[in-house]
Amino acid sequence: MYVAVKGGERAIERSWDVLAKKRRGDVAVPELSVAQIREQMRLAVARVMTEGSVYDEDLAALAIKQAAGDLVEAIFLLRAYRTTLPRFGYTLPIDTEAMCVERRISAAFKDIPGGQMLGGTYDYTQRLLDFTLLAEGEQVGDATIAAKASGESAMPRVLSMLDKEGLIEQERSHENAPPPGDLSREPLSFPADRSTRLQNLARGDEGFLLAVGYATQRGYAHSHPFAGEIRHGEVAVEMVVDELGFAVEIGDIEVTECQMINQFAGSGDVPPTFTQGYGLAFGHSERKAMAMALVDRALRAEELGESVASPTQDAEFVLYHSDNVEASGFVQHLKLPHYVDFQSELELLRRLRAAHGADDNKENAA
Amino acid sequence: MNALTEGYNFAYLDERTKRMIRRALLKAVAVPGYQVPFASREMPLPYGWGTGGLQVTSAIIGESDTLKVIDQGSDETTNAVNIRRFFARTAGVATTTRTAEATIVQTRHRIPETPLTDKQIIVYQVPMPEPLFRLEPRVTECRKLHALADYGLINVKYYEDIVQHGSIATTYDYPVLVNDRYLTSPSPIPKFDNPKMHMNPALQLFGAGRERRIYAIPPYTKVKSLDFEDHPFSVQKWEHACALCGSHESFLDEMIVDDQGTRMFVCSDSDYCHSRRDDEEVAQ
Repeated sequence: MYVAVKGGERAIERSWDVLAKKRRGDVAVPELSVAQIREQMRLAVARVMTEGSVYDEDLAALAIKQAAGDLVEAIFLLRAYRTTLPRFGYTLPIDTEAMCVERRISAAFKDIPGGQMLGGTYDYTQRLLDFTLLAEGEQVGDATIAAKASGESAMPRVLSMLDKEGLIEQERSHENAPPPGDLSREPLSFPADRSTRLQNLARGDEGFLLAVGYATQRGYAHSHPFAGEIRHGEVAVEMVVDELGFAVEIGDIEVTECQMINQFAGSGDVPPTFTQGYGLAFGHSERKAMAMALVDRALRAEELGESVASPTQDAEFVLYHSDNVEASGFVQHLKLPHYVDFQSELELLRRLRAAHGADDNKENAA
Repeated sequence: MNALTEGYNFAYLDERTKRMIRRALLKAVAVPGYQVPFASREMPLPYGWGTGGLQVTSAIIGESDTLKVIDQGSDETTNAVNIRRFFARTAGVATTTRTAEATIVQTRHRIPETPLTDKQIIVYQVPMPEPLFRLEPRVTECRKLHALADYGLINVKYYEDIVQHGSIATTYDYPVLVNDRYLTSPSPIPKFDNPKMHMNPALQLFGAGRERRIYAIPPYTKVKSLDFEDHPFSVQKWEHACALCGSHESFLDEMIVDDQGTRMFVCSDSDYCHSRRDDEEVAQ
């Protein structure tokens, strides 16, 4: 009996219902609120905001709820919303030196002006499962979250101290610099300048960047990195409003910034100097920011006159495959029917096998 | 318009984005077969599921249009249903499954069996717009090869196929030379459909969302499938006729209908198959 492939419409509607039910789980367990996700899953929220490239904690939390915790799906939801938003303009560059710092460490110097600030980190938690969290009514200590605004306590960038000695190359913005491109408004094209590459990496999948960054440490384009500085805290976002003619603060956002210091042998024209890789992510996202900085440095090979010998240095390879919304969609499109192509391949394979059998029956029998 | 689509523009995309896409389309029509980069938007459909076709359709569709959407030749596969519903919902346009009634046909993997007319536009969903990508994955390199019309690579590949297998081993996404100039991917349609592209009265538009490329074949344009003089291009043939409508001319899908592996062959183009059966009934 031929079973007609009709009924797709009803199947889709039913699928929505099943999905909603699965997402809610056991109704005897209280429903998660978006506020709970925003407050208690802040690292997931940070990742969704970064890779979804919208800074909105509530929408990110909503997306996580709707995606039942699948962060790549949540990122997709946020991106699909973002694309419909009108563009009012571009903000001024954020000044991370003026950050209200919550955590700041340097692996390059023992002590630094402004001091090392451990802040809240999973780094030294010993990773023992805390079974008290299983019980209801968790006790929270009354730790106050210290934050230093660098304006008052002088928390200059570690790299600026190296810069004073001329030991590190710095990207200086010159007055007639062209405005940075906007990847969400223009297609990626090559060669891609650094601002374009950084935009791509900022939106890039954390897992992908982590793997590529890790590969650079294992010898695929080794660049001898030091964590020059990692800082996390709040920065002000400013925008010039046309009617006013000057910049006004429109809010604060939390970011994590990583500046890697990398060796550079120098060349005929340039004396040996340190170079840098840069990473920036919304919220508290150190893994992402560090991986991004490693990859950024690897992708600078061409501009620094190094040989491009490894996929980690190949801008086309890295930038075309970093986006998880693109990657997830294309990998999963294999779920769509391919009857027609498959039928064509079947027909060819049968024909080739028939020809093969006719040519050489013995070999076929063996 | 229901609550979910409130706040969205006609056919989802805002007018400025549509204008950007139309500019790319105009360039694409002016240079047949050339891949025009465009600022593909993120769509509420996953990449690889027809975001390029969706954007092209959104940019060209008007209130008076009638839309048909097919996937694998069928109007009823879930992805076709989903895209048709998307436009019914965001643009409120009329939809149809009849090829002859449609003004726009959005398709994945097939060209309808019923010949298109000069009143129709066919929009292809394209996963990989670059016909050379299996031979040269670098976009920058491929662009150079196109600029120089240097298609030696693929001719060598096909020559090797013939040496190894006795024939060219590409059965779908079989590259074509458009207007004697650009090597172009027909999207993964079976090579069975390639001849329909040649001198087609309808405007053929191709959208690749993830790869951010648009290209076009204007009406009545020469489209030649690659081949060699001594190994001319040929299309698939079946020993069977369609089990439902008896057609010998259409592309057939193979179905396994029981545990013993009994096969059944039916038209991949569901509208073509239905209308042939309807005509038969009328005749009787």
